[in-house]
Amino acid sequence: MTAIVTPASAPVRPELVEGPAAAAQAASTSSARTGLRRVGEVILEVRGISLRFGGVKALTDISFDVREHEVRAIIGPNGAGKSSMLNCINGVYTPQDGSITFRGKTFKHMNSRQVAEMGVARTFQNLALFKGMSVLDNIMTGRNLRMKSNLFQQAIRWGAAEREETRHREAVERIIDFLEIQAYRKTPVGRLPYGLQKRVDLGRALAMEPQVLLLDEPMAGMNVEEKQDMSRFILDVNDEYGTTIVLIEHDMSVVMDISDRVVVLDYGKKIGDGTPDEVRRNPDVISAYLGTSH
Amino acid sequence: MLYRENGQFKTTYRSDQQVFPILQDRVAIGLLLAFAIVFVPFAAPEYLFRAILIPFLILSLAALGLNILVGYCGQISLGTGAFMAVGAYAAYNFQVRIDGMPLIASLLLGGLCATVVGVLFGIPSLRIKGLYLAVATLAAQFFVDWAFLRIRWFTNNSSSGSVNVAGLQVFGIPIDTPVQKYLFCLAFVIVFAVLAKNLVRGHIGREWMAIRDMDVAAAVIGIRPVYAKLTAFAVSSFIVGVAGALWGFVHLGSWEPAAFSIDRSFQLLFMVIIGGLGSIMGSFFGAAFIIVLPILLDNLPYWFGIPIDTALASHLTFMIFGALIVFFLIVEPHGIARLWSTAKEKLRLWPFPH
Amino acid sequence: MGFFLETLFGGLMAGMLYSLIALGFVLIFKASGVFNFAQGAIVLFAALAMARFAEWIPKGLGLDSKLLGNLLAFVGAMLVMIAVAWLIERLVLSKLVNQEGITLLMATLGIAYFLDGFGQTLFGSDIYKIDVGLPKDPMFLFESVFQGGVLISKEDLYAAVIAAALVAGLSLFFQKTATGRALRAVADDHQAAQSIGIPLARIWVIVWSVAGFVALVAGIIWGSKLGVQFSLSLVALKALPVVILGGLTSVPGAIIGGLIIGVGEKLSEVYIGPKFGGGIEIWFAYVLALIFLLVRPQGLFGEKIIDRV
Repeated sequence: MTAIVTPASAPVRPELVEGPAAAAQAASTSSARTGLRRVGEVILEVRGISLRFGGVKALTDISFDVREHEVRAIIGPNGAGKSSMLNCINGVYTPQDGSITFRGKTFKHMNSRQVAEMGVARTFQNLALFKGMSVLDNIMTGRNLRMKSNLFQQAIRWGAAEREETRHREAVERIIDFLEIQAYRKTPVGRLPYGLQKRVDLGRALAMEPQVLLLDEPMAGMNVEEKQDMSRFILDVNDEYGTTIVLIEHDMSVVMDISDRVVVLDYGKKIGDGTPDEVRRNPDVISAYLGTSH
Repeated sequence: MLYRENGQFKTTYRSDQQVFPILQDRVAIGLLLAFAIVFVPFAAPEYLFRAILIPFLILSLAALGLNILVGYCGQISLGTGAFMAVGAYAAYNFQVRIDGMPLIASLLLGGLCATVVGVLFGIPSLRIKGLYLAVATLAAQFFVDWAFLRIRWFTNNSSSGSVNVAGLQVFGIPIDTPVQKYLFCLAFVIVFAVLAKNLVRGHIGREWMAIRDMDVAAAVIGIRPVYAKLTAFAVSSFIVGVAGALWGFVHLGSWEPAAFSIDRSFQLLFMVIIGGLGSIMGSFFGAAFIIVLPILLDNLPYWFGIPIDTALASHLTFMIFGALIVFFLIVEPHGIARLWSTAKEKLRLWPFPH
Repeated sequence: MGFFLETLFGGLMAGMLYSLIALGFVLIFKASGVFNFAQGAIVLFAALAMARFAEWIPKGLGLDSKLLGNLLAFVGAMLVMIAVAWLIERLVLSKLVNQEGITLLMATLGIAYFLDGFGQTLFGSDIYKIDVGLPKDPMFLFESVFQGGVLISKEDLYAAVIAAALVAGLSLFFQKTATGRALRAVADDHQAAQSIGIPLARIWVIVWSVAGFVALVAGIIWGSKLGVQFSLSLVALKALPVVILGGLTSVPGAIIGGLIIGVGEKLSEVYIGPKFGGGIEIWFAYVLALIFLLVRPQGLFGEKIIDRV
């Protein structure tokens, strides 16, 4: 499990984090902080995914893989099926064909809870935040899988449930520090400006301590400064915690800057796969974005 | 100036998480409890207990239960009356058929039976939402209406479905006079309010609210919609069932199925809407409002010297309820509870405007 | 066998009356996406208006002709329903544009309570008679096949014919006219319809007025048969299972659903009821709807809804 620790300068407190592997992980991320990203084996692979809604073919025979600790971008014109792809990985949609393999286990279709338990978290293009709750509560929902107290313990609160709540509150506060949204923690999310809501969305996903983080257009609708902040957060997450990032993004400069490899989709089909440089030179990709000249 | 948070720093998460983090709030609640427990029993006239305070307490409890389902988990239910009925009749059966059954045990077991029925009728909610669920809960309401009228076993073979209980006592202390009944109900209300508040601020409460706000995102975080909805139905029905048992045993003494008809369901729904969806305190506001309003309407004309006949008064009550529901839904969907908290926020800044 | 047929026909006729009420319901849902809990109260309000106007207008104008009196009363009641539709749109619907379904549903509950109280304040709360000249005598069919024949009420038969005419007219309206298209667009997406210039407010007034018209017809037929009384709005709640069965967006579905509920109720009451002590009519429709919801939530003719994230 990936450890959530305070930003680089503060000391690590692995005893507050779940799992004995956490302490080891925390120690090993120090080598990652020197700037050398260790891209590992294939952690997630989709094979032959096809998705149809009635007559509309959203995805046709998509296959690609994602390596551990890398930043993988999915790009393509609007309507190419990028969000649908993420939805398949998450279990929101069930593809008609194909399979998804995560850490060696293959599934024909994913169940949302299973996926969350396996350590895959995501943000949404349209910000699926819980509008009726505060920032703190929204991010706390991300800790839900780890909160084990039963109904009776919670009803009484005093004792086990209170301790568990406090423990997870501490973890969430570290994320709030990381994302620099301390001043807003008690504000209902509906009242926050768009850029801050995006950060809360990210925070909620981070609270799950994911191994793989699926980001659906995390920088949509942001200005240059906000994009810089968000890029910094994404790279920090990848650097410090080793989280694998799968990123849908439209801003080419961001994609070329921060990703290790890129998949290109167009009309539900894969038209490019490789490093940013390779993809940039791919004639199919160029014509998909710019149109062919006759 | 009085309602300042200045100087009240929290140094532990635990103190930040408490129910009333502001000192003035804690003082106010303490005073209110002292007033309710110590002062009212001595000062209030008997009529007040019977007509207002006891119904208020019991219906607040029912509204509390309903609020958990509708306000916190976003599942609409028009069958609350049915669950109250199940609680009441089940408690009756336990009390009457088992010799020496303690009263509190009967009431709680009545609640448990309501839980079972509630979960059963909550199962449709897993596949259907909002508007369709309303019709499904109507099925519960009418079915239960019929069951307690026609199935003789439930009512100890009474032909009209009406039953009665007498001689209530707890550990030898009789629950007979209005003051005793009031304190008995008050104890239940305080205990359940505390338990409910703890649940909604725990992780199950957040699960409920997540399902209410956006169930797809909730599923992606790993929340199981099935578990969340069924626990909401279960907890809600339990509280509503106990309230129903209290209503029959303590307030009415003897009752028939009509006491828990669809009008009761609508009444409770109105309490929750007007009082504030998703707010424990709102349940109390709503109950107070719905109980006091008809009495006001009955008596106000006399105070002003203009007599209205009772039929007209009841029509006017309907009209005002209906208009108020629409008003609140448009202007303040979070009900009186939101108006209250907005007022408190303004009070914090007073005398400054912002 | 003769008895079975009688029960069957009785059920069909009762079902036709449910269908009439459900029709108004479907109209409103089709065109404004609102689950109108107040439909029953609207039927009651319309019936009350008709009954009282039919009393007051001839007295007030000193008319002799029953036909003229009823006609004027009908016009008057229709005008009242249009006014109600306009008020509902201005005071409630326009303020709740694009709110969630639950909010709108609860708002219609509020409207129902308001109309209940208001109607009885304005028009009185006794039981009133409506007499529009529908023949009340019974008919005997199939006298050659069954001894004594099968008893059918002529009134019910007229009601069935009127309902069928209404359905045909409404279906044509929705499919063939520009206004009908606009109504369907609004039902799909309020904001999108607005952005292409469909006048939302006017559309809603039209829809609720048409629903008011249907309610008026339903109220007249019901009232002619049973007398106009408060319990009408409670009976009208039965329209909800009807639309669940038929599909919330289907006009023919409302008719078929009504017939199924009507027949099912009568048959189950007569043949199954006695085993359970009787009175299962009060919940049969709802439990049937519940089963349908679990098995086929969009009803017989409704559209399947796909949730896109």
